[in-house]
Amino acid sequence: MTLDGKIPAGPLTEKWTQYKSSMPIVAPNNKRNIEIIVVGTGLAGAAAAASLGELGYAVKCFTFHDSPRRAHSIAAQGGINAAKNYRNDGDSTWRLFYDTIKGGDYRAREANVYRLAEVSAAIIDQAVAQGVPFAREYGGLLENRSFGGVQVSRTFYARGQTGQQLLIGAYQSLSRQIALGSVEMYNRHEMLDVVLVDGKARGIIARNLVTGKLERFGAHAVVLATGGYGNVFYLSTNAMNCNVTAAWRAVRRGAYMGNPCFTQIHPTCIPQYGEYQSKLTLMSESLRNDGRVWVPKKKEDAQAIREGKKKATDIAEGDRDYFLERRYPAFGNLVPRDVASRAAKVACDEGLGVVPTGLGVFLDFASAIERYGKSKANSIGEHHADKARIVELGEKVVEEKYGNLFEMYEKITGENPYKMPMKIYPAVHYTMGGLWVDYNLQTNVPGLFAAGECNFSDHGANRLGASALMQGLADGYFVLPYTIGTYLANDIRTPKFDTNREEFAATEKEVRERLDSFLGVQGTQSVESFHRRLGKIMWDYCGMSRTAEGLAKARTMIRELREAFYKDVFVPGSASEFNPELEKAHRVADFLEMGELMIVDALERNESCGGHFREEYQTPEGEADRDDDNYAYVAAWEYKGWGEDPTLHKEPLIFNDVHPSKRSYK
Amino acid sequence: MQTMKLKLKIWRQSGPNDKGRLETYPVEANEHMSFLEMLDVLNESLINERKTPVAFEHDCREGICGTCNMVINGQPHGPMGGTTTCQLHMRHFKDGDTIVIEPFRARAFPVIRDLVVDREAFERIIQAGGYVSVNTGQAQDANAIPIEKDVASHAFDAAACIGCGACVAACPNASAMLFVSAKVSHLALLPQGKVEAKKRVQAMVKQMDLEGFGMCSNVTACEAECPKEISVDNIARMNREYLSSVIGSEVQV
Repeated sequence: MTLDGKIPAGPLTEKWTQYKSSMPIVAPNNKRNIEIIVVGTGLAGAAAAASLGELGYAVKCFTFHDSPRRAHSIAAQGGINAAKNYRNDGDSTWRLFYDTIKGGDYRAREANVYRLAEVSAAIIDQAVAQGVPFAREYGGLLENRSFGGVQVSRTFYARGQTGQQLLIGAYQSLSRQIALGSVEMYNRHEMLDVVLVDGKARGIIARNLVTGKLERFGAHAVVLATGGYGNVFYLSTNAMNCNVTAAWRAVRRGAYMGNPCFTQIHPTCIPQYGEYQSKLTLMSESLRNDGRVWVPKKKEDAQAIREGKKKATDIAEGDRDYFLERRYPAFGNLVPRDVASRAAKVACDEGLGVVPTGLGVFLDFASAIERYGKSKANSIGEHHADKARIVELGEKVVEEKYGNLFEMYEKITGENPYKMPMKIYPAVHYTMGGLWVDYNLQTNVPGLFAAGECNFSDHGANRLGASALMQGLADGYFVLPYTIGTYLANDIRTPKFDTNREEFAATEKEVRERLDSFLGVQGTQSVESFHRRLGKIMWDYCGMSRTAEGLAKARTMIRELREAFYKDVFVPGSASEFNPELEKAHRVADFLEMGELMIVDALERNESCGGHFREEYQTPEGEADRDDDNYAYVAAWEYKGWGEDPTLHKEPLIFNDVHPSKRSYK
Repeated sequence: MQTMKLKLKIWRQSGPNDKGRLETYPVEANEHMSFLEMLDVLNESLINERKTPVAFEHDCREGICGTCNMVINGQPHGPMGGTTTCQLHMRHFKDGDTIVIEPFRARAFPVIRDLVVDREAFERIIQAGGYVSVNTGQAQDANAIPIEKDVASHAFDAAACIGCGACVAACPNASAMLFVSAKVSHLALLPQGKVEAKKRVQAMVKQMDLEGFGMCSNVTACEAECPKEISVDNIARMNREYLSSVIGSEVQV
């Protein structure tokens, strides 16, 4: 099978406009008879379900939560990018496109990324019309801030809760369609398989999580907007219930997984404290606008801090290494995430870490507090304010900008970040890889679409800050509602699907057998204990830096762990009741397969790019050494059966409009 | 690191028809754990003893998704102000403490199992009118209507509601006024939401009554227990909105 990205013809800047005007569409009278299943209600899913409902399609929407509003998009803090150029600082669609494709280390499709930049402005318009309370200036117009990897201010935000406010906007639009009857909402339903009829996606099997009953749902097309798979690492910033099951089940039915090894490790998270820890907490990248990252220059100082004998404030200015500012003067603390994370790892590997585990660096706001304090003092006429007054005023400004983040930090760590620098360390945050999709966001399985973090499409090997919200909403509001029509226009004569068909019964039977197999083991080890071990393997060998040797070892370890899982897992209760342990068992079982595929992909990609850093491939200065001659392609993996090696399909990446250059932030 | 031995009294109820009862469990925790991590430890040990773990809801563990909900020693989300259960840490408890953990209780929130309750009533209230009727693609430029910074900020304060239901659990009448008023205020304050404000407040209040939530008697426990510190000023605003929409208005829902 050839992997056709279906990129429309024409110049890059005209592709989307021309394509939209000429693509097949479904007439309103036919839309009513066409059913679409949307799985997931985060930004991509809720936006898609609402928009498709508005268009007149008969939509069925699914979430395993008790409400669509709980999806993990809600936790995004910092902001959303859009090429509005409201700051008059030279931003444009082209610049957003360029920053994004460069930020992704030239491992994304030009046409997709350009379209993303093109529709970005409309997202802000839409959100404001829905009542999303973005930050504003005194003149009443929208405020912006900067994010990593760019030199303009194009990030719109709502305090530190941008994801929450955007999701509530989408959720409210979805709720309106539910009330109007155009979307049927199924809360507390988890999709456990996709049903194929004649090779096309025609429905799903979902488990009603309250009763445990398996239910069948038919449709003309299925959209997966089920998020990323960062929880394969056990510890990540993802919510506890984020999982790969929907996407992985699609892979098991023939969909290809694109670039699974591209994982984003976010530089600013609260460091791990103990073995019991269930998740890691992100501190928004926006903090790097004002926070300076440093470690002590001397190992003795670092050790004294680790042992509690010295505090950060005891280290003199000259004894501090502001390593991002030193290594990357052009971008300083605002280098992209992959670069910042690796630099922190290097510092800690050198023995300069500042938390008891050795894995932590400082994020310090003292300079910002002083700078803002002076400026505020001047603006209110206090030209001779003393140091204490300046700090007082400065802390207020910082509180206004990041108050809720500082509060969250203090709640978790018990330390006051206004007085002592935060301690941070990188943690798994996002997965750029995902289901392979063409320009229409359709997977290689006809009728099966993937949107948002669930697909691989726009971020290449590294995602820039504030671009996840942009992509989720772009896919959901402005791309999928159009592109799905190209498929459905050929389907207007297909009647609604009878879920009593053999294909539905057979798939349901497989799901039932799978659930029974987890319950039937009756072993001695908890699901959680397997997940924790899987996470450790992934983090140690397929995390911030990877080697061929380590990856090969990890593959064997995962296979052994998987075998142990099916021999000795213990899942209490039954399948016919509310059973969170059973839900978890299915998810962890799928993570155990996905983890291996990530390793296979990381092993095959003999280069370093973005979040994928292979120690064998680095420049003398320790930067990623990309190999465009051999690896400028999307790796799309086909599942070949239990225990079999997957097959690699390559989609070459062709750059006509940008020249892949060495990515430098120096 | 401070280790503490605790006695947990947890509400166990196998389903909506079971009567339910408090059961006692010993657990060892340390001060760095979050409250939910302490429950993870308990569940891990129950599983190892082949017993049924305690069902509780949780997801983001960052205090923003609104999934977690439990009444801890009589207070929704526990003793710390402005904090969700998942953001509550064990350093606020002492060695030897007995902690009573119960579900959010309200007629409109039936128990599904143990500490898990059904909050669908909130969904139907939002569906009744908690939105701006704007289709995708209809919007004008985002800066076309300037909004006073303070107004936007007040709208944000109301929009910060996470829909957890603590206000209902805190209220002696199990009233949902704080939740409903937060949405009414968020949208009524903004020019984009004003157009439908009259219809919205009537429709949402009507649905709230249909769901079986109690009346507001100005106890203000809702504000005290709200993890996002949503102000009862929103209730006053909703009452004004409601009265002015019902009296002397053509709009009737």
